[in-house]
Amino acid sequence: MSGWADHLIAAPIVVPMLAGAAMTLMGDRRRGPAVGLGLASTTLLLALSAALLAAADAPEVRIYRLGDWPASFGIVLALDRLSAMMVALASVVGFAAFVFSLARWHRAGAHFHPLFQFQLMGLNGAFLTGDLFNLFVFFEVMLAASYGMALHGSGIARVRAGLHYLIINLVASLLFLIGVSVVYGIAGTLNMADLAARMRDVAADDRALLEAGLAVLGIAFLVKAAIWPLGFWLPGTYAAASAPAAAILSILSKVGIYAVLRVWLLLFGEGSGASAGFGGTWLTLGGLLTVAFGSVAVLASQNLARLAGGSVLVSSGTLLAVIGLGQAAVTGGALFYLAGSVLAIGAFFLLVELVERGRDIGADVLAVTREAFGTGVDEEDGEPGERDAVGVPIPATVATLGVSFLACALLLAGLPPLSGFLAKFAMLAPLLTDGGGAPPAMAWVVTAALILSGLATVVAMLRAGMDAFWTSPAGTPQRVSVLEFLPVALLLALCAALTVGAGPALDYATAAAQALHAPADYLRAVLPAAGGGG
Amino acid sequence: MELVVSLAIGMLAGSGVWLLLRPRTFQVTIGLALLSYAVNLFIFSTGGLRTGADAILKRGEAGTLAQYTDPVPQALVLTAIVIGFATTALLLVVLLAARGLTGTDHVDGRERER
Repeated sequence: MSGWADHLIAAPIVVPMLAGAAMTLMGDRRRGPAVGLGLASTTLLLALSAALLAAADAPEVRIYRLGDWPASFGIVLALDRLSAMMVALASVVGFAAFVFSLARWHRAGAHFHPLFQFQLMGLNGAFLTGDLFNLFVFFEVMLAASYGMALHGSGIARVRAGLHYLIINLVASLLFLIGVSVVYGIAGTLNMADLAARMRDVAADDRALLEAGLAVLGIAFLVKAAIWPLGFWLPGTYAAASAPAAAILSILSKVGIYAVLRVWLLLFGEGSGASAGFGGTWLTLGGLLTVAFGSVAVLASQNLARLAGGSVLVSSGTLLAVIGLGQAAVTGGALFYLAGSVLAIGAFFLLVELVERGRDIGADVLAVTREAFGTGVDEEDGEPGERDAVGVPIPATVATLGVSFLACALLLAGLPPLSGFLAKFAMLAPLLTDGGGAPPAMAWVVTAALILSGLATVVAMLRAGMDAFWTSPAGTPQRVSVLEFLPVALLLALCAALTVGAGPALDYATAAAQALHAPADYLRAVLPAAGGGG
Repeated sequence: MELVVSLAIGMLAGSGVWLLLRPRTFQVTIGLALLSYAVNLFIFSTGGLRTGADAILKRGEAGTLAQYTDPVPQALVLTAIVIGFATTALLLVVLLAARGLTGTDHVDGRERER
């Protein structure tokens, strides 16, 4: 515990916390300093997460002991490849959403800036902590901020959806507490590494109770990840939220996935004795049902924001189904998919707001209804050639948005040439080669589900895209400032970078997955005295 | 003692769940409050229950877990109480906003048609 480099691990929590606290003191009257401070904080977070990403790409896990107490007594922060990756994703999406909000959204309600910083603090804390109870605390910080963010801008739809979101998450938090206290009552520790080390020695009588406690804990995580049937709140809430809030919320649902990955793989890995692989089949089945539900939601959605919400469900379901198979190679692909899908969905939520801005309310519903029932004015307008003159230039804004939309569609559906395709390939290739431990039937079902959900996404995105960009623009032309388009471009450029640099990125993800599946290094780093879970 | 505490937790949790499933936002809030009491008591009881014991250890006695209950759940329950209190306050604000905007206290923002 010496030198500045060690303290870097705590910085992603401390920086937004200080920035948010300072903004709370400044109040809402003058936005200038708050904007400056927010920009400084998010930029600093980007730099920090890049440094952590580089530092984490090593076999040893870095540990930060708060107050320098040893692990089982004090609280630790742990930085490995997975947490560095998640912190980096949160910083990138946070930066993009923040810049986007500067154009107009940050003026839409009170306390946007401090809430945003506390949201980032909670996210980073949840990704870095090595302790179950601290995970709860950071979950609550993150959720408390997200309640405010989901309601940002007010309005009936937001308040109604926000109320549901709040109540469901409060119940999930209570389940989290029940799970944590059962685990503490049986195992006597809440440190994740310590818990993993004790898993094997739990008495046979207590094992069922411990597993039940962890299952309750898992349900709290899965509510966040919106697994079927716990995820009906998601599309409505995300569609109602303002664009920057929705972009941040989309990474919030990945916190649930992260918690499942971290806790489940650590506690129910190969070293856990009789409990190894507990609940994996349930994860896969739940994930598959979520994929199915998400695909139907995507196909059935009548506006773009709900479509984006549906694709969050598809992405969550895909990840859970694949993680539940419990193979390191497949998990590696899943982590690569996670990175790509967070960026793509973040970009899509921001883009949706730009596209919808120039359109009448209800235009989407009308478009879908016209398709279904064939009633509308279009057919009575005479020859299409008379109306649409050949060679009408597409406005530059629409063209740029259209290209971005196309990129999002390719990414979400997993079509070549962008990273979505590579990610699906990376997940499916190890599944289909022989020698994998998963039951072949399950592997085939997962493969089919991934491909079919891709098809559903393509169909839905094509329909939405044609309605949004190829029908004649009604009313006023849309105005999009550069400040709003830049974040979308940044996120999509990062997806493109993931595609070009797929080799190193996939190596990183595979190494992260292998470390998760064989957590000896993690245990050794957190509990040096115990010799890595002896 | 164990029976009384577990019955109390069970009654609180049962009433809480029932109220949580009611359609009025106020009932839901009270339900959440009762559930959080149940959960807090549950966390508290995982440290072990002990009656008639000295508040502080006796002179000349070595402190072991056999003589007093585990303090960690008590620390945890403090955190849980604070967080639960804050989120309930937040819920009340949202509830009032929903009541003001939608004009009804139904959780869906509109009355069910009969």
